[in-house]
Amino acid sequence: MDPVLQHMIDCVQSAHGAGARICIRGGGTKDFYGEPAQGTVLDTRGLHGISSHEPSELVVSVRTGTVLADLEATLAEHGQYLPFEPPRFAPGGTVGGMVAAGLSGPARASVGSVRDYVLGATLLNGQGEVLSFGGQVIKNVAGYDVSRLLAGSLGTLGLLLEVSLKVLPLPPATTTLRFAMNATGALQQLNAWAGQPLPLNASAWHQGRLTVRLSGAVAAVQTAARQMASAQGGEVVDPLVAEAFWAGLRDHTDPFFDDHESPQGRAAPGPGGSREETPDRPKFSHPPSGGLTRSGRSGGVHEALPLWRLSVPATTAPITLPDNPGSADSTLMEWGGAQRWLRTAASADVVRQCAAQVGGHATLFRAGAGAGARAGVFAPLSAPLARIHQALKHSFDPHGLFNPGRMYPLSP
Amino acid sequence: MSTLSSGFAASSSPPLATLAVVTPPHGTPTGSPVRRTGQADTVAALRTVLPAHAVLWQAEDTTPYECDGLTAYRARPMAVVLPETEAQVAAVLRTCSALNVPVVARGAGTGLSGGAMPHTEGIILSLAKFNRILRIDPLARTAVVQCGVRNLAISEAAAVHGLYYAPDPSSQIACTIGGNVAENSGGVHCLKYGLTLHNVLQVRGFTMEGEAVTFGSEALDAAGLDLLAVLVGSEGMLAVTTEVTVKLVPKPQVARCIMASFDDLRKAGDAVANVIGAGIIPAGLEMMDKPMTAAVEDFVHAGYDLEAAAILLCESDGTPEEVEEEIKRMVQVLRSSGATQITVSENEAQRLKFWSGRKNAFPASGRISPDYMCMDSTIPRKRLADILLAIAKMEQTYQLRCCNVFHAGDGNLHPLILFDANDPDQLHRAELFGADILETSVAMGGTVTGEHGVGVEKLASMCVQFSPAERTQMLALKAAFDPRGLLNPGKVIPTLVRCAEYGKMHVKRGLLPFPDLPRW
Repeated sequence: MDPVLQHMIDCVQSAHGAGARICIRGGGTKDFYGEPAQGTVLDTRGLHGISSHEPSELVVSVRTGTVLADLEATLAEHGQYLPFEPPRFAPGGTVGGMVAAGLSGPARASVGSVRDYVLGATLLNGQGEVLSFGGQVIKNVAGYDVSRLLAGSLGTLGLLLEVSLKVLPLPPATTTLRFAMNATGALQQLNAWAGQPLPLNASAWHQGRLTVRLSGAVAAVQTAARQMASAQGGEVVDPLVAEAFWAGLRDHTDPFFDDHESPQGRAAPGPGGSREETPDRPKFSHPPSGGLTRSGRSGGVHEALPLWRLSVPATTAPITLPDNPGSADSTLMEWGGAQRWLRTAASADVVRQCAAQVGGHATLFRAGAGAGARAGVFAPLSAPLARIHQALKHSFDPHGLFNPGRMYPLSP
Repeated sequence: MSTLSSGFAASSSPPLATLAVVTPPHGTPTGSPVRRTGQADTVAALRTVLPAHAVLWQAEDTTPYECDGLTAYRARPMAVVLPETEAQVAAVLRTCSALNVPVVARGAGTGLSGGAMPHTEGIILSLAKFNRILRIDPLARTAVVQCGVRNLAISEAAAVHGLYYAPDPSSQIACTIGGNVAENSGGVHCLKYGLTLHNVLQVRGFTMEGEAVTFGSEALDAAGLDLLAVLVGSEGMLAVTTEVTVKLVPKPQVARCIMASFDDLRKAGDAVANVIGAGIIPAGLEMMDKPMTAAVEDFVHAGYDLEAAAILLCESDGTPEEVEEEIKRMVQVLRSSGATQITVSENEAQRLKFWSGRKNAFPASGRISPDYMCMDSTIPRKRLADILLAIAKMEQTYQLRCCNVFHAGDGNLHPLILFDANDPDQLHRAELFGADILETSVAMGGTVTGEHGVGVEKLASMCVQFSPAERTQMLALKAAFDPRGLLNPGKVIPTLVRCAEYGKMHVKRGLLPFPDLPRW
C-alpha cells in the first residue's frame, strides 16, 4: 500500500482511543470557510497525482492532495476543463478541498456545480476503512450516491482519498458582453434570456453593470452576441480583460471581495479596473506532507463588514435589508440572479429571514471581525434534517474524528 | 383503480384473522426476527386514517400490485393504500411506523428492477392520486409537480412556454417523476442534459416516521449536507417523495440526427470514442448491433442498413448554426472512423423515423422471442467493442441469443437476452448469462446498473461490485434516514449474509473465484 495512505489510515486508527480530533487540510486556502477548524491537522497533500485521464472518456480520476491548478493545467493540455470553475482563493488549493467545500464559480447556474461532476469517490471513513463509491462512468445507480453526498460535506464524513470527475471539452468560442442596467432590469433580462436557447454561460451584476459570458459553438456564440448586444445596447469586452474579470469573481480577488474596504466608499469594480493587492491574509505554515500538527486560526484582523452569500431563486427581486436601504446597490449578483453577495452589518437573523422568505438560505461566507462572527456560518436545519445529519455523521464517523463542528457547531 | 365503486368499499370489511406470515420475501434480510403486525390489525389501523375506498386488502384488489415492470419477481402486500393528501401520507407512515409494518412506495410501477415489488408483510403506498402539476413558472424555468405526475406530462405542460423537462427515459409516457427521483432516471439525452439529479431542485416528502422533510431548495443549493444528491436514486429506501420541483430548459430550435453504418463492431465502438474525443458532446449517441437492427427493422420499417455490423445514431441540437457546425464535424469524425454509410436527417419526420427503431427496441425484441431479459450495466466507452465481443462469446457459452442496444455516449448497455421462460433450463441459463454480463462490466471498470436500479434484481451483483465494508456503510446510511428499516426493506443493498450465500453458490464458468478466500 502507498505509504502516505498507510500513514493516514494509521493516523485515523490510532486516533480512536485517545478522544482525538482530526482537522483534514490540503492547501489551507479555505480555512476561512465554515465553522472554525478543530483538531490535529492531517495534511492531505502527500496523496497527489492523476491516477487516470482518458480524454475520450471525459473522466479524470485524481488523488485528492493534487493541487487544483495542476489538474486544470493537465486538462487544458487536452483541451478539457472543469466547467463549474472551482474557486482558487489562494495558490495551492487541492482537489480534495474543492470537492469537500462544494463551491463553484461563475458558470454554475448554466453548467451545474462540483457535485454534478463527481462520478465517484474513495473515502477513508472514521473507522479507518477505505471505501469506494460511484465509479468512472457517467450513468451509475448501483447503491446510494455517496460520492455526491461527499461534495460540500466539508470533510465531516471522512477523508477523501481519490475522486473521479466528469470533464468536458473546452468550448470552441467564448464572448463577454457588458450592459448598463439596474438590478431589477438585470434580473428580468437574465431570467428572460435563460428561457431562450442561448449559449449563456455566466453572469454578474454590480452597481449598474451587467456582465454576461456566452460560450459554445462558434456560430451560436456569434449569433447570440450580435442579437443580445444590439437588442440591449451591450458592448463586447476585450477577451483578456474579460478573462481577468471572471477569474476575479471566481477567486474572490475582484475588489468587491476585498476584506478591508467598506462597500459604499469604493469605486465600482469593472472589467479591467485596476485592483490593489489584497492585504496579507492569515497564513499558515504547512506541515510536512502527511504529518500531524496543531491547527488554529491566526488572528488576521480586518475591519470589513461580514460577507454573506445568499442562495435564492433566480427570479427573486433585488434584496433590500430593512435597516440598510442601500444594500441592493452594494450587492453583487451572480448565477443569473441565484447567488447574491452582500456586505452588511445586519444581524444574522435578519439576513437569514430575508433569504428564507424567498425560498433560499444565507451563508456567513466571511465573518470579518464583526458581530456576525458568532452567528453560525450555515443556515440552521429543520429538526428532521438535523437528526438525519447527525445520524449520517455518526454512520460515517462514529467516533466524531473528522472536522468536528466544521459545518455546524457541536452541541454542548 | 378508477373501477373502485363505493358499493365495494361499503360492503367490504377488514379480514378477521391475523396472518402470521414469517417467510421473508425475496431479498429480505434474515437477521434477528422482527415483530410485525398482521393484516387484520394493519388494515383496521389504516382505515382509521384513510377513507375506506383508499385501503385495498382483498386479493383481487392487491394482486395488480404484486410486481412492477420486472414481472419475474412477485409478492402480494397485506394492503394497498391510495392516499390523496400529504396529511394522509403522513398518517399512513405514522401508523405503519407504530405497527412496525414495512412500506413500499409506488408510482406508475414501470421500474425494471423490482424496486416497487411489495413486501409480503408490508403495504404498498400508491402515490397514483398525486397527479397534479401545481405550478409552472416560465420566468424561473421551474415546475412544481406532485410525485405521481408523468414525466412526459411535465414537458407537455411546459411546451407552451418553449420549455421542457430534459430527462427522457424511454418509459416517459407512463413513468412518474417520483419514480424518476427514486431511480435517478436518465434517457437518450443525458450525456448533454444530465440525469434526474441534475434537473431537480427540490423534493418534498416524508420520513418513515411521517415527519415532513424538504431536500434541496428552490435555489440552486441548500444548507448542510447535500441530502438531495443521495435521495435521488435511493430507490424509495430513504424517504417518501410527494412533491418535486424540476428545472425546465429551453427547447432547442433544431435537432438533426446522423445514421451511420459500420461493417465492424470495433470500428463502431471506436467511432463513439472518436466523436467524444473530438470535443463534441452529442445530444444523443446510440448504437444497435446487427441482430437488434434486424428485429426493429422488421417492426418499424425505418430503412435501417441490414448489412451493417452496427448502426450509430448521433444527434445534434441547438440553434440552426450550431447544429450545422456540429453535424459537419460529426460526419467528418464518423467517416474517418470508417463508417460505410452516412445519412443525415433532412427534416423532423426523417429524424423521428431514425429514432423509431431505437425507441422500439424492447417491443421489437418481444416479437422475436417469448421472453427477454434486459441488462443495464455501464462500462467505459472505450470498452464498447470489447464487451460486445465478450457478449457474442457468451451467446455460445449459454446457448442463447442476445440483441444489443446501447446508450453508447454514456457507455450504458442494454443487452436483451432472448429466452423462453417456460423452459426452466433456458431461464437458468439466461440468469447466468445476465450475471456474466454484469460481472464482466464491473471487471472492465463499469457498474452493474446505469439507470434501471438495483431493486431486487441486482442484489447479488451488488455483492460483486462492493466490498463488505462498503455495503455496511451503505446500510448504515439507510439507517440514518430510516433507523428501523421499514421503508422498502430488503432492496438495493444486500446484507453480508446474503452475499456470503451468493458467494458460496456462485460458480463462474465452472470455477469458484478465489476458492481459498474466507467468506462472510
